[in-house]
Amino acid sequence: MKLTDTYFLTFAAMLFTIGAVGFLVRRNVLVMFMCVELMLNAVNVTFVAFSKSLNDISGQAIVFFVLVVAAAEVAVGLAIIVAIFRRRRGGATADDIDLLRG
Amino acid sequence: MNLAAQTPSIDWLAIAPVIALVIAALVIILLRSIVRHARWVYGASIGIGFAGLVAAALFLTCQWSEVSDSGPFLTLDDMVAIDGFAVFIGVIVLIAASLALLLSSKYLARQGIESRPEYVALLLLSAAGMLVMSTANDLIVVFVALETLSIPLYVMAAYDRRRARSLEAGMKYFVLGAFASAIFLYGIALVYGGTGTTSLSGIADFLASVTLLSEGTLIAGIMLLLVGLGFKIAAVPFHMWTPDVYDGSPTPVTAFMASATKAVGFAALIRILFTGLDLYRDDWRPAIWALAVLTLVVGSVVAIAQTDMKRMLAYSSISHAGYVLIGVEAGTREGLQSALVYLLVYAFMTVGSFAIVAVIGRRDDKHLIEDYRGLGRDRPVLASLLALFLLAQAGIPPTGGFIAKLGIFAAAADAHSYSLLIIGVVASVVGAVFYLRVILVMFAGADEESDIPAADHSRVDGPTTAVLALCAAFTIWFGVLPTIVLEFATKAQLIF
Repeated sequence: MKLTDTYFLTFAAMLFTIGAVGFLVRRNVLVMFMCVELMLNAVNVTFVAFSKSLNDISGQAIVFFVLVVAAAEVAVGLAIIVAIFRRRRGGATADDIDLLRG
Repeated sequence: MNLAAQTPSIDWLAIAPVIALVIAALVIILLRSIVRHARWVYGASIGIGFAGLVAAALFLTCQWSEVSDSGPFLTLDDMVAIDGFAVFIGVIVLIAASLALLLSSKYLARQGIESRPEYVALLLLSAAGMLVMSTANDLIVVFVALETLSIPLYVMAAYDRRRARSLEAGMKYFVLGAFASAIFLYGIALVYGGTGTTSLSGIADFLASVTLLSEGTLIAGIMLLLVGLGFKIAAVPFHMWTPDVYDGSPTPVTAFMASATKAVGFAALIRILFTGLDLYRDDWRPAIWALAVLTLVVGSVVAIAQTDMKRMLAYSSISHAGYVLIGVEAGTREGLQSALVYLLVYAFMTVGSFAIVAVIGRRDDKHLIEDYRGLGRDRPVLASLLALFLLAQAGIPPTGGFIAKLGIFAAAADAHSYSLLIIGVVASVVGAVFYLRVILVMFAGADEESDIPAADHSRVDGPTTAVLALCAAFTIWFGVLPTIVLEFATKAQLIF
């Protein structure tokens, strides 16, 4: 079997969908956060696959930008989560965060 | 062997405003970490912050004269575009940042918020990201700028750490913002796959020279880009976070988010659609049409049902995004100008309104519209100013809001988008209802005894007075003598 680009792109699309659905259905803030990371990594796979099929290096360079941005986001996001759950004991679920109703 | 990397030529003037803001932010952080707890650090950081903003404004002026003299230009390997459009959006960002800094200067102390110098640094870093976004001519630059402006905003929304509502606002903004960024990024990946480049000019060139056999990837990418940016400009149906985040954040942060973030969100949207995807106009116009209709209808109708002042203003800011979208949908040069003018006027109106909300706020951090009953008697000046800002948002002459709405509707009529024009006019009539309701509550209730526990009518501090005066002056000035700003907007064209 020869691995064509379609395999990588389909794999990335599935990974992205799993992340997006997970984000929408899970209630645990940390898990929602992990789902976003899953989506970002799915995009990275997409970039690399396109980079290979287009024979263009910039798609692989973009991955580094995404990694750096994701790292910065993790730092700030975890800080906010820690600040919230210092105030209250117990688990980290989105249902506890209910003072503001959209 | 020559290992020297080929670096693109850099026009330093193009990025000088961003550098000024980042240097100011770094100086504040250094100062804070060296002197730690000295009392004067906060005052000094506000001074440094304003120095950075003024320097950035000066560099923007230089860019403006450069653009007027020798035309717009691309630099940094075509990643940064300096044109009238970027300068105009940059002006909105710097104005919003300065007003927000003025508003915050006493507010933070009054609310007992700690680590105040860092707040100034975060504000400057966010403004720096916004300036990058207004000049970004490459999708990856848009993405990095989007994150640079959002990450400090997540922290600022959660800045009042002792209040659960503020933390919750930061949390919601962060989680949904990260989700939207991921979707936006997937859109970039698909557009890259469809066209082989992320540069907006490159995409335009590619689409002009090649007939795509299958457009599926590209169209899907465009739609995902629209979803991602829809979150940032708070367009319905991607607006769910807006009322909660605007409500829970410290009020000066809300003012900054509402004015500046929306302006740069639109800047990126307009640049992507007009520069990169101009040939796909027939594909994106219906999508923008649908977004505009939903945003206008939901924003205006749901605002009527609100009992909380901050949430009402949040929904009204959603409906304002709808009006700007009408200008974008027109797809013409006039539509673009009217959108720019609207964003500028809107920045003043909304910062003015939130400045008053910041003054009237109660200790328990609720902002019920009922608390404003009798304000016309107790604080006639404040009440009149709030009435002015609300009338301007409703688009009643002779305020700036009227000229701005008129420009949008004229552009829609020119582009033959009559359906959108009618919906816009109806929405602005509905909008007048909820603005007038607040004004009625303030003035009509004046005879009754207002013994609502509420309304800790605190004194207006100096910086807030300055903000109110500036916003009111601009709102009236633009309503009476709009020519100067309109001429500025006419020259603020996109590079093509």
